[in-house]
Amino acid sequence: MATSALFFLFAGLAIACAISMVYHRNPIYSAISLIGVFVSLSVLYVTLAATFIAAVQILIYAGAIMVLVVFVIMLLNMDEDKPLNRLRYLYAVGGGLGLILLIQTFFIFYAVMRAPKQAINEDVTVGNTLSIGSAMYTEYLLPVEIVGILLLMAVIGGVILVRKLSQPQMEMVVNSELETRNEPAESDDYRVAL
Amino acid sequence: MEPIIQTAFPFIVFAVGILLAFQGVLMIVAYTVLAERKVLGWIQGRIGPNRVGPWGVMQPFADLLKFIFKEDLVPDKSTKFVYFLAPIVALTCALLPIVVYPFGPVITTIDWSFLPFGVGNGITRLPMTIAQIDVGVLYVLGITSVGVYGIALAGWSSNNKYSLMGGLRSSAQMISYELAMGASVIGVVMLSGSLDLNGIINAQINSPFKWYIIPQFIGFIVFLIAAFAETNRVPFDLPEAETELVAGFHTEYSALKFALFFMAEYVNMFTVSVMCTVLFLGGWYIPGLGHLLEPGSIPYALVSHVGFILKICAFLFLYIWIRGTLPRFRFDQLMNFGWKFLLPLALANVILTIVIVYFLNR
Repeated sequence: MATSALFFLFAGLAIACAISMVYHRNPIYSAISLIGVFVSLSVLYVTLAATFIAAVQILIYAGAIMVLVVFVIMLLNMDEDKPLNRLRYLYAVGGGLGLILLIQTFFIFYAVMRAPKQAINEDVTVGNTLSIGSAMYTEYLLPVEIVGILLLMAVIGGVILVRKLSQPQMEMVVNSELETRNEPAESDDYRVAL
Repeated sequence: MEPIIQTAFPFIVFAVGILLAFQGVLMIVAYTVLAERKVLGWIQGRIGPNRVGPWGVMQPFADLLKFIFKEDLVPDKSTKFVYFLAPIVALTCALLPIVVYPFGPVITTIDWSFLPFGVGNGITRLPMTIAQIDVGVLYVLGITSVGVYGIALAGWSSNNKYSLMGGLRSSAQMISYELAMGASVIGVVMLSGSLDLNGIINAQINSPFKWYIIPQFIGFIVFLIAAFAETNRVPFDLPEAETELVAGFHTEYSALKFALFFMAEYVNMFTVSVMCTVLFLGGWYIPGLGHLLEPGSIPYALVSHVGFILKICAFLFLYIWIRGTLPRFRFDQLMNFGWKFLLPLALANVILTIVIVYFLNR
C-alpha cells in the first residue's frame, strides 16, 4: 500500500519535472527540473529494493553530472532561449520520434502482459551491491573493460587539451593550424590568439 | 483497536527515533556554534560570549531569535524561485544523512513484552539507527554532494558578482575534493567488505587493529583534509572569503535564510565528523568495554553512545582549533593541492590497499 502510494507520488513528480524541464526556457530551471527527475527516479529504485542503484543514481547523476551542467550554465551566464523560427520543421521530426517512443513503450506493456507468468525467485538479489559487483566482473567483464578504456581516453584527452605548451611547441601548433587553413603564417598571430 | 495500534507501532517507534536523533543533532550543532566562539575567544586571548545566561549557555537561542526577527531583505533583481530554493536545498541535504548515523550498538537484552496491546511481542533487538540502509556510505556521500546545489544556486540567483564568484568557487572546490574523499573511503570499504555504516563498525571490531585509522592512516588524512574542503571551512573557506568576496555566496542572504545556510554548514561539519568516526575510529566501539559491561545491555549501549558523541566532539574541536590557527589558501593553491597532491595520494592508497588485501587473502 505504502509502496504503491510512493510509486504514484514519485512517478508523478518525475513526469512533472520532465515536462517542466522541456517547457522552461531558462536553462537553470531546466537543470533543476532534471535534478528533480533523477531524485524521483532514485526513490522509485528504493521502492524496488535496489538501494545500490538508487544511491549511485543520486551520487553520479544528481551529484556529479548535473553539478557540472549547473556550473557551465553559471559560468556562461546563459540567457533565456529564444523560440526558433528557422528550424520549424524540427517540431515535426521531434513529434514523429516521440510517437515512435510512445508506440515502443506500449509495445513493451503489451509484451509484458502477454508473457507467461513466472514465480519470483526470492533468492535473486538484483540491485544489491554484491550481485552488481560480481556480475560486472564476471559476466560483463568485457563491456566494463571497454568503458574503462573509453573513460581513460577521455581523461587523457582532457589533460592534453588543458596542458600548458612551451613557446616552441605553441608556435608549431599554431603554424600547422594556419597551414591547414591555407592562411599565411604570421609570426605574431599566436600571441593574439592565445 | 488492537490491530490498528499494532500496525501503527513501528511508525510510532520511527517517529520517536527521528525526533530524538534530529533534536540531539541540532542541539549539538547549536552548541558547536557557541563552542566555536568560546574556543576562538580563548585562542585569541578573549573571553567570548558570556552575557546570555551563565557562561553564555543561552547564546544559541538568542542568536536564533535574532535571526527570526531580523528584516528579511530580498534583492530586487534576483531570480526569486531559485533564491528561495537554495537555502532549503542546502539545509535539507545537510539534515538527510542523520537517518543512517549509527548512534550506538544494538540493544538486545530488553524484554519488550511488557508493552500494552502485545505490540512488543517478537521484538528482540532495538537498533540505535533510524534506517539501516545497506549502502549507507554511498547514501551519505551522494546526499552531501547534492548539497553543492544549495551554494551554487544561491550564488547564481542573488544576481551579485561576489555571490556568483563564491558560488562558482564552491562548485569547483566541492567537485575537486569529492573525488579525493570518495577515493579515500574505498580503502575502508575494501577492508571491511561492506557499504553499511554498522557493517563497517562491526568489521572493525572483528579486525586485528580494532580501529581502521591504523591500517588506513593515509586514507584518514586524505579524508580529513577533503572533509575540511567539502564543508567550506578554514583553511578552505574560499567560497566566503570575506577579504575578497564580502561574504561569498550568502552576501545577499539575510535573517532566517542566512540562518539556514549557517545551520547547514555546521550540520555538514557534524556529518563529516560522524563519517570520520565511523570509518576510521570504530564508530561507537570502545576497545575493552565488552569486558566491563555485557554487550547488548542498556549500560553498554549508553556508554558506547557517549563514546561516539565524544569522538565526534573531538573532530568538531579540531575544526575550531584549525580555524583559529591556519590562514586561508589561495584559489590556485587549493586546486593544485586537490588535484595534484590529494587525489594521487588517495589513489595510491587504494592501490596499496588492493595489493595488501590480495596478499592477505591468498
